Amino acid sequence: MNTILGLIPVEAFLFCWILLILGLKISGKNSGGLYVNLLLLGVLVAIGLVAFPAPNAQFGDLIHVNALNRFIRGLLYLGTFFIVIQSSSWLKKHDHAAEFSILLLVVLSGLGLMVSTGNLLIFYLGLEMASIPLAAMASFNLTSKMSGESGLKLILSSAFSSGFLLFGISLIFGLTGTISIAEIPVNLANSTLALIAMVMIFSGFAFKLSAVPFHFWTADVYQGAPMGITAFLAIVSKSSIAFVFLTVLFPILSAIQQVWPTVLIALILLTIFTGNIFALRQSSLKRFLAFSSIAQVGFILMGMLVPSEKAAVSVLYFLVVYMFSSICIFGVAQWLEEQTGKDSLSNFKGLYKENPFAAWSVALGLFSLAGIPPTAGFFGKFFLIGSGFQGVSVWYVVLVGLNMVISLYYYLKIVKYMFMNEVIEELEKPQMALPLKISLGIGMLAICFLGLSNWIVNHLSNLF
Amino acid sequence: MFTPATEAILIPLIPFLLFGIIGLAGRRLPEIFSAFLGIGGILASLLFSLHLSVSYFSEPVQGAFVLKEFFSFPWLNFSENLKISIGLVADPISMLMVVVICSVSLMVQWFSLTYMKGEERFQMYYAFLSLFTGSMLGLVLSSNIFQMYIFWELVGVSSFLLIGFYFQKPSAVAASKKAFIVTRFADLGFLIGILLLSYETQTMEFKGILDYFKSGNFNPEVSGIWMSHSLAAWALVLIFVGAAGKSAMFPLHIWLPDAMEGPTPVSALIHAATMVVAGVFLVGRLFPVYSLFEGVMQLVTWIGVLSSILAAIIAISQTDIKRVLAYSTLSQIGYMMFALGVAGKAGAEAGFTASFFHLFTHAFFKSLLFLAAGAIIHAVHSNEVENMGGLRKQMPIVHWLFLIGCLAISGVPPFSGFFSKEEILLNAWKSQPLVYGFALIGSGLTAFYMFRLFFLVFYNKSHSDVHGHESMGLNFPMLLLAIPAVFAGFVPFSSYVTSTGLPEETHLHLMFSIAPVGIGLLGIGLAYLFYFKQNSLPEQWASKLSGLYKLSRGKFYFDELWRAVYQIGLIRALATPAAWIDKNLVDGGLRMGAEKTLRLGDRVKLIQNGKLQDYVLYFLMGILALILLTLLMIQS
Repeated sequence: MNTILGLIPVEAFLFCWILLILGLKISGKNSGGLYVNLLLLGVLVAIGLVAFPAPNAQFGDLIHVNALNRFIRGLLYLGTFFIVIQSSSWLKKHDHAAEFSILLLVVLSGLGLMVSTGNLLIFYLGLEMASIPLAAMASFNLTSKMSGESGLKLILSSAFSSGFLLFGISLIFGLTGTISIAEIPVNLANSTLALIAMVMIFSGFAFKLSAVPFHFWTADVYQGAPMGITAFLAIVSKSSIAFVFLTVLFPILSAIQQVWPTVLIALILLTIFTGNIFALRQSSLKRFLAFSSIAQVGFILMGMLVPSEKAAVSVLYFLVVYMFSSICIFGVAQWLEEQTGKDSLSNFKGLYKENPFAAWSVALGLFSLAGIPPTAGFFGKFFLIGSGFQGVSVWYVVLVGLNMVISLYYYLKIVKYMFMNEVIEELEKPQMALPLKISLGIGMLAICFLGLSNWIVNHLSNLF
Repeated sequence: MFTPATEAILIPLIPFLLFGIIGLAGRRLPEIFSAFLGIGGILASLLFSLHLSVSYFSEPVQGAFVLKEFFSFPWLNFSENLKISIGLVADPISMLMVVVICSVSLMVQWFSLTYMKGEERFQMYYAFLSLFTGSMLGLVLSSNIFQMYIFWELVGVSSFLLIGFYFQKPSAVAASKKAFIVTRFADLGFLIGILLLSYETQTMEFKGILDYFKSGNFNPEVSGIWMSHSLAAWALVLIFVGAAGKSAMFPLHIWLPDAMEGPTPVSALIHAATMVVAGVFLVGRLFPVYSLFEGVMQLVTWIGVLSSILAAIIAISQTDIKRVLAYSTLSQIGYMMFALGVAGKAGAEAGFTASFFHLFTHAFFKSLLFLAAGAIIHAVHSNEVENMGGLRKQMPIVHWLFLIGCLAISGVPPFSGFFSKEEILLNAWKSQPLVYGFALIGSGLTAFYMFRLFFLVFYNKSHSDVHGHESMGLNFPMLLLAIPAVFAGFVPFSSYVTSTGLPEETHLHLMFSIAPVGIGLLGIGLAYLFYFKQNSLPEQWASKLSGLYKLSRGKFYFDELWRAVYQIGLIRALATPAAWIDKNLVDGGLRMGAEKTLRLGDRVKLIQNGKLQDYVLYFLMGILALILLTLLMIQS
């Protein structure tokens, strides 16, 4: 008891925090503001707990605690913190802010378990612990039918993908007699069955990452869910899966090592092209974000082509950059959606005239996602392409790069909307709340300086 | 007072700092104050760069001007062959460029003081100009190719901001977007070229790259061959694609004429003297490597020749004063490009010198011409030559200045353009007589279309309703630019800039000059006949040569070609069906589902409408396809 709690202080803390919120709710406190503040405080303490240096430790082969997964935890919590700040005005007005907070904390504990796993079972438990409450949260716009539908679609399709994941894991267990990630590669012989197991596990991951052709749920779920949850799915949930991809899937991938790059590059191209082409003519804001995030996933997968430390560093670095860039866009998008009540890209029209700060924030975020130097996004993409470069033929890299140009087209469209179009509907409150402003400011600073300063890449390299 | 390294840092740093200060202060800063900040900063940079280049050229190493590294420190050790450092270097061409950039930028900023007066975002204009100048200076001083790429893109971003400065005009917005996307497309080639080249040489430092090829370590058999050319050759081709995009070489030139939508002083800076020659600079920087690859040099040569000739033909029939100048810029950069290309042949190495000589003189006379065009547009409030005519009375000083520019570009002695163009033609002759032939035709065309413009604007039919006027604020910077436009040709250029770094004697071949000067004068004479007075000759010849005329008016239909590729290839063939699928198949289920829920209030039914089953079906198909694919791959 002592050892395992010592290993997961964050989960222990989150559990107490959940009990606290639950207690307050039962005792009849019903102020949204209170719960939002409690939630923020809880996430902040969690960040503090992982930031506090601790020695590496492990509990059997179930849970590992090391600098690497403390880093990713910190990133996930930080992303969550920003998202909660940006959705706080929506959440404060919600009757069920307490329930929302509890669900979110459960999701965070689940993700925390998942990223520190040393064992396929814990991985699966963490994953499910995070997925089920998320589906409930996706349907949290209680009056919107789309939101309810979004939640249902998320839970049903993720149950389906989990089925495959579990099937794959069972096959692996059957073949090797172990579920410890460290032991699997040693015992796994090359066989067709192993290959099928790999593909099933991979498909489960690909579903969660919304890589094509497992992406069909993405746009619908993103569109229906409340914006905060959309942001959470696109940023936090995606990053955690990408990280586990690196730590879980890579080691046991040896069975299909020799064909892996070719298969993956095909998926990458499919993913990036589909994401970009579907994003080109979107008019719905959230669907647009969904498809552009699909395209970004394709880039993340570039770092998975060749298992190497450098590739892993480039993926992690990209995740950091991706988080800050997305924060800058989602924050403003949510703020606009709350005011106009519309899920449309035309929300952005004339934004520069009404709130130049917001417009610059979105513009920087978009530039970074499009990979234009010297924003951090460029370095992120450059490292990913550079690390994928050694695995496959240069022509695939050219095709991937070509997509950076295509994506520029639709990202610039929004920049044009903001700076050059006339305002359609004047905003009621063109001023932003201070916390939102600060979160955007931090994002913008990160985009500008994360690429130009080298400490984060150096820090990441030391983690391996 | 300052060490050379400090000076080298300060030269690009000052404009960057000013961008930060003016940009952040924005409207809180009085207009005039922000302008003086910008001008003062660039003046300081100019003084530093003059001092730096004088001290550089006064200290040759063993009689030669070599690549000198001020400093370079490791910044990122990403992987074995991806090490990136930050550093600044000096060599003859970068010293040349810093002086050109700073002096033209100074004149342009000074000119803008009057030209942009009363513009709504006056402060931002100066902030963007500083950003552009700083990035351009950083580009030419970079010690490694990756750092250069960063500045290269920053130059693209700031030119995007400047071209789209009049963002109320839809055409300006479209033009800025086009410029950005087209050059980005080309930069993709550059980026991949960088990756390939650094893969081959294991370094990104220019010094390291040049040493690698000099030392003879390079072996095409080892580095890998694809389609009978080595990896390094392909890397150079891709880098050249980037260079051709920035320098607006055919067929990637389509963004430059549209970019004329920006403020005219911006065109003088970006589209005449600095950014568009970045491509020439890039090829020049890697020249010792390029010259090892015969095939790549042929590509550079012929792209240059094609651009210079086609652009000259298009310029003949354009009626927008800035577009004529834009096409003439294209044509002149074509000259610089093929001069580099022919310099690969033994005996014609001085083509390198000639190319940069022309870059140097062109920067002055072309920015003079652009600023003069700006002064005319400022007075007439139109870009169309239709609305000009007879302006020599209203604008006598501008008239003389424009004439100087035209004489210089037409290669009439003793104006600066004569010397540099002679040099180019001479080396083309030594290397490939066919190139020389094209170049000769091109210089005839140049003289013709420039004087056509000159006569149409200042002579021909006059408009009594135009109240043109001149102002000293506009004229003075132009007068200063006119001095080098006349005299820059007397600089003994080859004692400073050569492909080997060893100073050489300059020779003037008087007999050789007869043909080019003759054909230039012929062009001027024809233009005089056609356009000095209003007459029917232009229409007669236009109908006689109607095929060629249509091609020229239609700009050889490159825009249409690209639009077709883009519209049909991307939008019609892919994005529209994608949007339809998304709306009617993927999204349709959701809408339908929502309506059904409304009617039936039955959430379970919703899942039965087939939508989710579709997801599952796709998912299954995906897994099956993946399994099949991996199995097949393993079998084979």
